[in-house]
Amino acid sequence: MYKLLLCLRYVRTRYIALASIISVTLGVATMIVVNAVMSGFTEEMQEKIKGVLADVSLEARSVNQGFPDPDAHMREIRRIAGDDIESMTPTVYVPAMLNFEINGRNVTRPVQLIGIDARTKSQASQFAEYLQHPENRRQFSFALRENGYDLRDHTGGDEGILRSGMEMAGWRWRRERLRAEREFRDQMDAIRRAEEERSNGRAAQLLPESGAPRVFREGPAGEPFARLEPLAGASELITDEIAPEEDPYLSSLTSKELTELLKRLADDAELGSAHLPDDPRFDALRNAVSEFSAMARGSNAVEDDDPFKKKNPFDIDPSLGVGHTFDPMLEQHEGCVVGMGLLSFRDKNGEQQFLALPGDDVQLTFPTAGNPPTAATAQFTIVDLYESKMSEYDSQFVFVPIEKLQELRGMFEPQSGATFVTSIQIKVKDEAKAEAVRDKLRAAFPESQYHIVTWRDKQGALLAAVSMETMILNVLLFLIIAVAGFGILAIFFMIVVEKTKDIGILKSLGARNGGVMGIFLSYGLSLGLIGAGAGLVGGLLFVHYINQIAKGLSWLTGQEVFDPAIYYFYEIPARVEPATIAWIVAGALAIAVSASVFPALRAARLNPVEALRYG
Amino acid sequence: MAKEKTLGPTRTAPSTNGHSGGPHVAPSRTQCALESFGLKKSYRRGKIEIPVLRGVNLQVRRSEFLAVVGQSGSGKSTLLHVLGTLDQPDGGEVWFAGRRVDNQPARRRDALRNRDLGMIFQFYHLLPELSTLENVLAPVMIAYGVFTYYLRRGEHVARAKKLLDMVGLSHRLKHKPRELSGGEMQRAAIARALVNRPQVLLADEPTGNLDGETGAEIMDLLVSLKAQEKLTIIMVTHDQAIAARADRVVRLVDGKLRAA
Repeated sequence: MYKLLLCLRYVRTRYIALASIISVTLGVATMIVVNAVMSGFTEEMQEKIKGVLADVSLEARSVNQGFPDPDAHMREIRRIAGDDIESMTPTVYVPAMLNFEINGRNVTRPVQLIGIDARTKSQASQFAEYLQHPENRRQFSFALRENGYDLRDHTGGDEGILRSGMEMAGWRWRRERLRAEREFRDQMDAIRRAEEERSNGRAAQLLPESGAPRVFREGPAGEPFARLEPLAGASELITDEIAPEEDPYLSSLTSKELTELLKRLADDAELGSAHLPDDPRFDALRNAVSEFSAMARGSNAVEDDDPFKKKNPFDIDPSLGVGHTFDPMLEQHEGCVVGMGLLSFRDKNGEQQFLALPGDDVQLTFPTAGNPPTAATAQFTIVDLYESKMSEYDSQFVFVPIEKLQELRGMFEPQSGATFVTSIQIKVKDEAKAEAVRDKLRAAFPESQYHIVTWRDKQGALLAAVSMETMILNVLLFLIIAVAGFGILAIFFMIVVEKTKDIGILKSLGARNGGVMGIFLSYGLSLGLIGAGAGLVGGLLFVHYINQIAKGLSWLTGQEVFDPAIYYFYEIPARVEPATIAWIVAGALAIAVSASVFPALRAARLNPVEALRYG
Repeated sequence: MAKEKTLGPTRTAPSTNGHSGGPHVAPSRTQCALESFGLKKSYRRGKIEIPVLRGVNLQVRRSEFLAVVGQSGSGKSTLLHVLGTLDQPDGGEVWFAGRRVDNQPARRRDALRNRDLGMIFQFYHLLPELSTLENVLAPVMIAYGVFTYYLRRGEHVARAKKLLDMVGLSHRLKHKPRELSGGEMQRAAIARALVNRPQVLLADEPTGNLDGETGAEIMDLLVSLKAQEKLTIIMVTHDQAIAARADRVVRLVDGKLRAA
């Protein structure tokens, strides 16, 4: 009984001892916070990686050529592990170069080009939700949207990074940029021509009286025709909102040109409206196209005998269409989705700036599947940007339609028409079964030809590095608590010396050695409990309010403490694991008690006669 | 009581190797509260051994008030500590109520100090963190565990309050020792020494730190306690006047007891 009473009294009266356990408190609190944040990070990261990579992927060892007939493979996979499989999607991975222009300069980036099946990709992994157009997130398509791309990072809600550049993105950007470019080019041409004329002394004869340039262009059939009306001013074009009725481009067309345009659009009857921007102002044009196509169907049938042309409705490559001139104002190339990291950066105000926007054209160069591979180049139109917030992926991935990629790379057998893919992405129903599915597939498919891995296998190094970091941090922080233990040891020795007389008194009253030792051990334990308890509460409160604290610190210091541009997340992810906390608290208590063992032993062995000798 | 049984070197002291038997049969064994035979104790100062007790034979009867006088450094306190089993003798024996106690294991000696002996000191030795009442209850708390203590807590507290009332401190229950005067502290120490109803009270210079008047009050208290509670008291002091209040006075000279 006296042990308890004295121990409590000592706790209440010795403030210096309380000071010695502040380091225990801090150590425990820090460990809890660090562990919570680290495990939150790990979890979020796993989620992201899992979202980007499929649970299991079956990859060809021959990365360039892949394997034929993905449908047969998928049937086989379903036969082997059908019960566990939720969905599958064939994919073509190929290293490539991305080319685009910034201020007239060509920029080249190495990328991972991924051919995906727009329909099944989103089922096998999280793809659509990383896109920037709300419609694309709902139902992805490789067709360029008119506009309406997110002006803020949609994952950040109201605090998402500002992306005002996206306001222009889409068809509108495409038209206006092209128009400005043409205008610029035409004017430059005119100026150059004028210079030439002047130097030849004939300038006055050919310049139109208005002073606007005359442009000579090639018509579809190769006959030159003149575009007589001057284009509207370039500066106006870029800034002004364009009312549908008076779209300057459409109104600038001559009737002959309009006819040509309608005819061209009607050539791909199914395609005609699909490639007109999804915008009410084009309704009239759409109607005209369908009328025209109905009218001209009979007479123009001969032109459609090219098999490639009908095979793929998206196929608008000018080289394939006879009598078809690609007009970037109204048509897009094959769509592609480019990683956010490839096309954007953040300026010093924290706003995201774009090097290219949806609506711009880019050039992709990649090896063909032939032997030896040769380089193939094709134009694509950016239809959306991909942002998984894993910078490794965002600065590497470019997605294009798989059929197009297969065609461009020659990944099909000419006779049978069977296509080749480089991998099949598999989503399993139960995440925990991914390993089992992998092993089953490994047993069934020859390992010399197929590389079958789970997402964990692919990112094992990263995850291992993070858990290693966590462990090292834990060791270091635990050493802090151990240092606190030495503080307790020193202070306890002091207290024992100070309490020498009391120990003698207790012994003279019949207290046993064990009892005296018990006082100091339980004193150590109580201090440990107080320290660890305060640390526990403090740490949990810190974790709970971690985002508010980060914000407060940002406000106080004027410096972003947790910058979403550097980290992957808008909110600091923190996850409290009860088991970890139990270990931390138990460890802190153990240290506090073991630090009090030696002083307690000393107290127990104290000779009461010595202790009582002097007042 | 008459000073009939003076102890001295003339009496047969047991040899230091005589652990086995009890040849030193005293006629008044059953009447003796505390006895010692041939107690020897020396201290080491470096390599030099300084003998303090050189064969102390002592017999204290029940309900006897014995005073041991001696000069400072004569070994009075050492004698008291050895008698109170706080210290182990180098030779000789200590008997309590007809039983030898100096060779008992530590637990038995601890229990003896707790229940059968009460001690008071020159410097009072109250625990500074505890209130007067808690100080008085300390031996009870040492005797009982948490649960068994609380089971009969009311009884213990009543006993402590009664004792404090007896020593005249009932108005100081909640005070900490530093808020009490010297006399009050010694009264509290006396109450503490008596709380477990011991047979023997060992007092080490109980008035050493008090002025004459207060010292006399404490002596009055001891004398009346002896009478009321039939308490055996062994008091060591250097003060002849104080010692004169005892039933019997012996003198410790050169490590041996002589009749005063």
